[in-house]
Amino acid sequence: MTQPLLFEISRPGRCAVRLPDLDVPPTDLPAGLVRSDLPLPEVSESDLVRHYTRLSQMNYAVDIGLYPLGSCTMKHNPRINEEMARLPGFAYLHPYQDEETTQGALFVGYSLQQFLSEIGGFAAVSLQPAAGAQGELAGVLMMRAYHIDRGDPQRDVMLVPDSAHGTNPATTSMSGLRVIEIPSDGRGNVDLASLETACVEHSSRLVGMMLTNPNTLGLFEQNVEEITALVHEHGGLMYGDGANMNALLGIARPGDLGFDVLHYNLHKTFSTPHGGGGPGCGPVGAAASLADFLPGPVVAMDVEQSEEDAPHFTLVVPPKPIGRVKAFYGHFGIWVRAYTYVRMLGAEGMRRVAEHAVLNANYLMSAVKGVYPIPYDRTCMHEFVCEGRFEDAPDVRALDVSKRLIDYGFHPPPNYFPLIVREALMIEPTETESKETLDRFADALLAIAEEARVSPELLYDAPHNAPVRRLDEVAAARNMILRWQPE
Amino acid sequence: MDLIPDARYTESHEWVRWDGDDLVCGITDHAQESLSDVVYVELPDVGDELETGDIWGVVESVKAASDLHMPMGGQITGVNEALEDEPEIVNKDPYGAGWMMRFRPSDPSQYDMLLEGDVYEEFAAQEEG
Amino acid sequence: MARVESSRRLGLRVPLSFAVLRAGVPGILAPPPRSCHGFSHMPYIPHSDPDREEMLSRIGAPSIESLFECVPASVRFPELDLPPGLSEIDVRREMESLAGANYSAADGPCFLGAGAYYHFVPAVVDAVLRRGEFYTAYTPYQPEISQGTLQTVFEYQTMICALTGMEVSNASHYDGATATAEAVITAINVHRLKRRKVVVSPWVHPEYRAVVRTYTQGMGLHVVGDVHSGPMAPASTLEALGEQVDGDTACVIVQYPDFLGRIEDLSDVAEAAHEAGALLVVVADPIGLGLLKPPGEYGADIVVGEGQGLGAGLTFGGPYLGFFATRDKYVRRMAGRLVGQTVDAEGKRGFVLTLSTREQHIRREKASSNICTNQGLIALAAAVYMAAMGRRGLRELSELCYHRAHYAADQIDQLEGYTVLREKSFFKEFAVRCRRPVKAINACLIDEWGILGGYDLGRDYPHLQGHMLVCVTEMNPREDIDLLVEALGDACGA
Repeated sequence: MTQPLLFEISRPGRCAVRLPDLDVPPTDLPAGLVRSDLPLPEVSESDLVRHYTRLSQMNYAVDIGLYPLGSCTMKHNPRINEEMARLPGFAYLHPYQDEETTQGALFVGYSLQQFLSEIGGFAAVSLQPAAGAQGELAGVLMMRAYHIDRGDPQRDVMLVPDSAHGTNPATTSMSGLRVIEIPSDGRGNVDLASLETACVEHSSRLVGMMLTNPNTLGLFEQNVEEITALVHEHGGLMYGDGANMNALLGIARPGDLGFDVLHYNLHKTFSTPHGGGGPGCGPVGAAASLADFLPGPVVAMDVEQSEEDAPHFTLVVPPKPIGRVKAFYGHFGIWVRAYTYVRMLGAEGMRRVAEHAVLNANYLMSAVKGVYPIPYDRTCMHEFVCEGRFEDAPDVRALDVSKRLIDYGFHPPPNYFPLIVREALMIEPTETESKETLDRFADALLAIAEEARVSPELLYDAPHNAPVRRLDEVAAARNMILRWQPE
Repeated sequence: MDLIPDARYTESHEWVRWDGDDLVCGITDHAQESLSDVVYVELPDVGDELETGDIWGVVESVKAASDLHMPMGGQITGVNEALEDEPEIVNKDPYGAGWMMRFRPSDPSQYDMLLEGDVYEEFAAQEEG
Repeated sequence: MARVESSRRLGLRVPLSFAVLRAGVPGILAPPPRSCHGFSHMPYIPHSDPDREEMLSRIGAPSIESLFECVPASVRFPELDLPPGLSEIDVRREMESLAGANYSAADGPCFLGAGAYYHFVPAVVDAVLRRGEFYTAYTPYQPEISQGTLQTVFEYQTMICALTGMEVSNASHYDGATATAEAVITAINVHRLKRRKVVVSPWVHPEYRAVVRTYTQGMGLHVVGDVHSGPMAPASTLEALGEQVDGDTACVIVQYPDFLGRIEDLSDVAEAAHEAGALLVVVADPIGLGLLKPPGEYGADIVVGEGQGLGAGLTFGGPYLGFFATRDKYVRRMAGRLVGQTVDAEGKRGFVLTLSTREQHIRREKASSNICTNQGLIALAAAVYMAAMGRRGLRELSELCYHRAHYAADQIDQLEGYTVLREKSFFKEFAVRCRRPVKAINACLIDEWGILGGYDLGRDYPHLQGHMLVCVTEMNPREDIDLLVEALGDACGA
């Protein structure tokens, strides 16, 4: 199944839009500044709708079935969120309007800041960052700014566990800091002895540590209190990567665990859609000591103008901001969705989300245990990591298991991450999946393990019934074709 | 793993051999095999002066990228431009047509401190673990 | 002409008290009833009580609480001070009342621009965006079941190249500002960190310049051109900008049309940059590119910009779309995701994410950027939009903006108390010198006429106090423009 490119279905003279006639006297076009041609496709509206409908049918999505991508939290995206973000009073609002005309939107922003502060245990939140990685950048720059502000500018070392997401080290070097990697111990926790050695060695240069909790193995970092104490003792700050917050909603607040700054992923934990790769939203929360450095503007309540039943909101820049990380205020359309989600669930719902996410992950882990090796066998949080390799089928790799899962109608989990597990399969079912779905998924994994033993070629050649077969990524990288060109 | 007799090796899997006053440098057969299909080699600028251990380039497959390090300090005197269009030569002939760059070492005597073939072979086997 | 009756005036108040919202009161905000087993009904959690029991017994855990014993007891299960959950009916009512407390471009004529534009979004765009197969998918890491997303990105890349006159486009950045910052980082990497200076025009969007400084604060760069730096004054013209370029300059950044809406030939500044071995980065308005010569033709090395006008709507500043296009030779220095064409095992055409070794999940601390999630769905909107408009439509639309903006400028220029700055050509925005403070004029426009007036340039440029940036698009028919002119006369005459 393939669909021709837009450029191949284009026919001269077609256009999907009719514009108003010119209703003012024309002005001469600016001499020498006008383009001669605009090589965009020419299609009718019906062409377009069919094109995109057919393409959509070549996608897998949460709306189709289980999407167990570890650390990505592919939960159901409630439809009410979409409706609310499209309300004209939100969708047609210009960011530079006078605040008197945007109080409803500022109310949403202010409330969401409060909700996230409460959920994370922080003094303040900025909603500006556009995605998790940008929230990280904001957080790390805040840590750097904090040390500079205290007259400690030589601090340039960031500790990062070897199980961390790639964004952690990438963000650190973007911020002009150095990465020191900390190994994991036999139970999947940060190795405390190595951490202590690193803290002592780099004590005067320590910016802090970036930690994901639960970590990318799906395990709650059991020594988290010792870790934060140790880093603080050496003058460092604790950065929390909130990618895995779905396990902590109403269970524990990162601020209470000793984190100084953390980014949330509204597109993971707070049910806003992933959109095929964004837009996300990565608000950053800060303890009181770091709140002055938040990127701005943020929404504040204007006490002077507020009355008992009529709060008044205004945009303010924190006192010592790292600067703005994007134009305007942030992904407001995503704020509306996340706000709607928190209003639907309330405090009790937050906790039920985490409980069922963890219940589902543990249930699935017990269903495949014994067939798929579990490198760190203990109660997991919202996700777990198993190994896609079998002693009696030595040539089968995790990638083959993944591709075969497609034939069973499931999206595969990520392979080969975290890097410290061989042939890793990182599985996060989320709370929105039913027991029946989990049972079917577990059955598929067990059936594939059996196939690996008796007919491994079924795995090597998989997928067999997807829109396309395995694609040649080497050819794509060697002969780069990155846009369509007429022959 | 294939080795060539007249070369020395590094723990970061480069090889070097003399060609006149210059050293020619590439990656070992073992390295190309573990990377699998090489899709890109980033080469240095001729004239760059680099210290021992400095990064002079990157070799990439679809799933991995490895930095390339200077076995000894020196000045880059040539690069293998053929790799720009046909990086797969590195897989086919890592010690010959797949050479990557040449440099004039600032202290030629350091050559003797690099690994000999059998030592490198043992090192690589151990690393494989 | 009759005045538009503005139903919403200054001084409106949010109808719900935040204190009330947090505490919850009987009636609309009452807590929902609990089920007999102590769990409230949760619409997004499918588990029944028997499910939970069966699952726990399979796991071998006595209770759900017991799964959390690894969490330190002192901080476990905090009582969150959040308002109680609501029914969808109640949430909808609350949200409609909050949305209704705003006065938006849907309520009256809008002449605000300055980087966010009220452009037309054809219905077909949202119809595609609402397909769950697109918006509930993740980044296309499994190409066999993501061909829909991958092909749309490939088509998006192709159309961005066509619009900008460049050779390669990535899959998107967060917005125009961050795309500009990433362009700076690309330029620094092209020069292998050997050049440390960035020359930026003061007429690049002020917030973009701020973001460039935020992103590069740890990199030890000198960002000059838009501020006093040593003996150098801000470069108010392109010529003066070119004079600040030297052998340490990694790139020169200009905006096209610039922040004041002006359009100029960029050939000379391109030449000045290239003579010094620096890259020319052009921040472009994609709607303008429907009419204007593409930056690629002037010799731009990187073209970035805000793609919001391409079908994203206003939505109070985001999510928008950063586009990024460059020359083939810089493709490996570019950040962000990239889709390439290849074949499958049967030789059929297919698409994959490619060159991912530049990215953080492989290169970690050596990645070209930390970006992973980008603006996938907004890039899809832009692709549908560009295809819907097509070769003819986008040109027509761009010309409509141009002619209407010039009509508006002509009319306003004739008003007592207003002078249009028009020594250079402009596209859809122009600066107007006003006799009264812009804030006062805008207050009159919204209060008395229901019109969202222009941007106050004094916010960013002290020497432009009392100057308003007026934006006119295809969404402002002649009667809106005439109304604005009448209202402006009223605002200054009164």
